[in-house]
Formats: sequence, structure tokens, C-alpha cells
Amino acid sequence: MHKIATILRKEWAEVFKNRMVLFTIVFMPLMLTAIPLVILFSMRGEIQTASAGASDVPAQFRAFCPVELNSGECMQVFMVSQFVFMFMIIPLSIPAAIAAYSVVGEKTTRSLEPLLATPITTVELLLGKSLAAVIPAILATYLAFAIFAVGTWMLVPNRIMLLAILDERWLLAVMVVGPLLAWLSVTFSIMVSSRVNDPRVAEQLSVVIIVPLLALFFGQMAGLLIIDRQLVIVIGLALVLVDALMTYFSVQLFQRETILTRWK
Amino acid sequence: MIFIENLTKKFGENLAVDGLNLEVKEGEVFGFLGPNGAGKTTTVRMLTSLIRPTSGKAVVNGFTVGQQDTQIRRSVGLLTETPGLYDNLSAEYNLKIYANLYEVKDVAGQVEKYLRMLGLWERRFDPAATLSKGMKQKLAIARALLHEPRILFLDEPTSALDPESAHLVRDFIGELRKEGRTIFLCTHNLDEADRACDRIAVFKTRLVVVDTPAQLRMQMFGRKVVFHLGNLDEALISKVSALPFVQEARAIEKRLVVTLDNPEAHNPEIVRTLVEAGAEVQFVGELRHSLEEVYLQLVRNS
Repeated sequence: MHKIATILRKEWAEVFKNRMVLFTIVFMPLMLTAIPLVILFSMRGEIQTASAGASDVPAQFRAFCPVELNSGECMQVFMVSQFVFMFMIIPLSIPAAIAAYSVVGEKTTRSLEPLLATPITTVELLLGKSLAAVIPAILATYLAFAIFAVGTWMLVPNRIMLLAILDERWLLAVMVVGPLLAWLSVTFSIMVSSRVNDPRVAEQLSVVIIVPLLALFFGQMAGLLIIDRQLVIVIGLALVLVDALMTYFSVQLFQRETILTRWK
Repeated sequence: MIFIENLTKKFGENLAVDGLNLEVKEGEVFGFLGPNGAGKTTTVRMLTSLIRPTSGKAVVNGFTVGQQDTQIRRSVGLLTETPGLYDNLSAEYNLKIYANLYEVKDVAGQVEKYLRMLGLWERRFDPAATLSKGMKQKLAIARALLHEPRILFLDEPTSALDPESAHLVRDFIGELRKEGRTIFLCTHNLDEADRACDRIAVFKTRLVVVDTPAQLRMQMFGRKVVFHLGNLDEALISKVSALPFVQEARAIEKRLVVTLDNPEAHNPEIVRTLVEAGAEVQFVGELRHSLEEVYLQLVRNS
């Protein structure tokens, strides 16, 4: 544990001096929090003018709305829900930004060889680096969602609408699926950065992990699928399995000899 | 301390180290010389358990490479070819990271000891990036010593350093030698190897030769004595050449250079012969071939 904590502290000491990584950690959650709140704020007037019930709105809207909400409120819940989904980008992108530098950065500064010459095991090294990327991502996701929840509470006119926006499906997604996505992102990034020699290439390849999430996002927007509680649970369970496999493969692919001898 | 038997490393079809046999004794400063791409760094990486040999055996500090790698890493210090420091972190923090990874008990004490010993204490809070090349190299040496290893592998410790920094690093190697540590020194600097090493190995994928610098000189060039004469001529050269123990006598830059097995025993007789033949002997000295000449000869022959 002591060595893992040492790597963790070292990574943070280095990462938080990198402006690009700091920008990703701070700016992206703020931006993704601000967008749904701005939508809520700008659509406030429409709620009062809408008179039709939720049953009068299209099916994909209705899935998000209790019957007590009118069409304007339902529309607003639907719109905001699309962006709540974007909170899932935070746990995917922050670890990618941090972890892409973690192995390749050490390669380029030639600090990996003396590090590997210490009695640290591969599992300790990768765990330290992974946690250093995952913890800030989870904290940033939770904090962003907390700000969003407070902002929603201040902006929505009634409790029913508040609960419709912050329903258990999204709480489950942010609290449980978020950390699983963060772990997936970091293991993928470590696998990529173990194999390439340029941090920029590593970062670009690492963000590929966001593509399936965007497919879900646009699928929902287009009405092709509805992200309900069941789907979130299925995604969560699938991620547990995928994370376990990715963890195994990231350790297997991190071959000290290959990494040391294939340096450019 | 280090025992190597038929150590071989292949990268695909490329043979990097071919059947190396070597023994390094405790407390010895052992120079490992060879041209670029000879396999020196690969050998050091195998001996520090960074990479695995393809075949053969190596025992370092009583631990077998490939079987007891963690113990080997714990018991040796490695100075890599480039310092590999964390540039954004302070000199002190760089060392603290490694002291923790090497499970040093008194982290603060050991870090302070080596920062002071290497003259870096006043710069301890400065980011490593702001240190001079020489200071970075000293910091990297300190990093390799924090856990007090008995065996130290130094890969090109003075390369890319200015003469003053190189001198400081060489002095420090001398201090480590006095402490009785075993030092495995990879270097291109033949003057450095000549001065610092008890024995040297010349290596080019396979071992060319291993011996003390003095023995290598003798094997390659014999021992030569220079006689500065006021009146060197062919007759004097012939007189000396005729002596039974003289291997060779010739004039080089108006001086008589004589190759002998045992100058201490035979010099008096040569001087006597020269004086009796009417020579004006002004000065007698030994001609010392540089290690560079020995090395170049060995590498060319290999």
C-alpha cells in the first residue's frame, strides 16, 4: 500500500502542474454542469404557458415524465435529461487525459527506467497510476452533479419536476456507472500508453473510449432507445465484467522489457 | 558479488549479448567498455533485472536474475544513462519518492544525507528542471544510493557533463569506492576507466578481454622504456638491440624506445651498455600507452 500511495502522490504532484490536464479536470465538469442549468433557466417561461398534460407529448418524452407534469415541464425534463447523460463524459475523459501521460510521459522523460529498477511490482505501479487518474475523475463527476442538483433545485418550480430530473436512474448512472466508466477509461488509457511512444497519440487514442457513450447519447436523442433504470443497471453490470477484463489485459500488456527496449 | 555465466540476450534475430562470462569481486570498481551498440546497457539491464536474459545465468549479490528479481532490485543501485528525473518536482521530492519505493526506513534522514553529501542541500526545494546537468546527474546518483546498495551500476555517469561536473562525479565515485561498494561502470571515457577501475572488460556483443588496465597495456604493447640521449645513432641502437632481454629497440623522435619484459631488472644494464658505447644518457622514463590505444587495438582486432 505504501508504494501505491507513493506513486499516487507523485502522479498528482506532477499532473496538477500540467495546465492541459488541469483545464480538462476543471473546465469540462463546469461546462457540462452549466449547459443543463442554462437550458433550465432559459426555458422557465415556457412552463407557465404550456397547458397540455404529459400524456400529450411524444413517447420518448413521456418516458421521462410523471403524468403530473404538463407538456412544457415534460419537454424541459426531457431536454435536461439528455445533458445529464453527458455527465458520463467526465469520468471517461478525465482519466484519459491523466493516464495518457502516465506511462508515455515517463517514457519521454526517461524516468520509467529508474522507476522500474525499484522493487515496485507491475500491479503496484499500475494501481498507483490508475487511482491517481480515477479518483479526481470520480470527485469531479460527483461535484459537478452536486452543483447541477443544487442549481436544478433552485430553478425548477416544483418538487415533482425536481425528482423527475434527478431520478434514481441518473443517480445510479452518476454514482455507480460513473466510477466504472472511469476505471474502464484508465485501464484503456494505460493499455494504449504502454504501447505508443508519443503522449499526443496516447491521448488521441484514449478518447476513442468516449465513442460508445456518444452512440448511446445520440441514440437516445434520436428516439432509437430509451435509457431507463433497467438499461442503466445492464450497462453497470456489463461494465463490471468489461472492467475486470480490461484490468487483466492492462497488467498483461504492461511488459517492462518491451516498454524499455522499444523506446524511440 | 556478480557472477555471469554464458549470458545471452536476443531481440528477435538480433543478438545483443552473446555468451558473456564474467566475475566481479566485492569492493571492485569494474569498467565495462565497448562501442555504441555493443550491448553494454542491455547487460546492465539484465543484471539489474529490468530485462530477462534469453539464456545463461547471472547471480547478483547472491540473487539469481530471472528468479529473484525483486531482491536484486532491492539490493542494487542503478544510475541510468539519462538522469530520468521528475523535472516539475523538487530535488528533495524526487529523492523522497525513491526512498519510499526502496522502503528506506529513515526517508528524511537519508534524503538529507545525500543531498548534503552531493552539495545539493541548498537547492533542495528547486524543481529538478532548474538544476544544471551536473547537479541533475548528482541527484540521479543520490537516488541510486538512498537504499545503501552494496552494488552500484553506473551507465555513462559523466557523459554530456562539462569537465568540472565530470570531475565532481568522478571524485564521488572515488568516495564510493573507499566505502567498499562494488561498482560496475559502463563508460566511453577511457581516461576515467583507466583512473577509476581495478579491472576492465572490453565488450562488443561478446567479451573481448578482461584484465587490469596495466596488464592489458602490457599484453597489447609490452613495457617500453624511453632513453633520452644526447647523441642517438644507429650504432647505439644496434648495441642495445643485441642485448638478449631486449625485445625491440628503435628510434622514435630522436629517442631510443626499448621494449622489455622487466624494465626494473634490465634498465641498469642497458644504461651501462649505452654509457660504455659513448652515449650521453640524459633521462630515462617509461612510455605509457593510453588505455585508448589499448581499447582501439582490441576493438579493431575483435
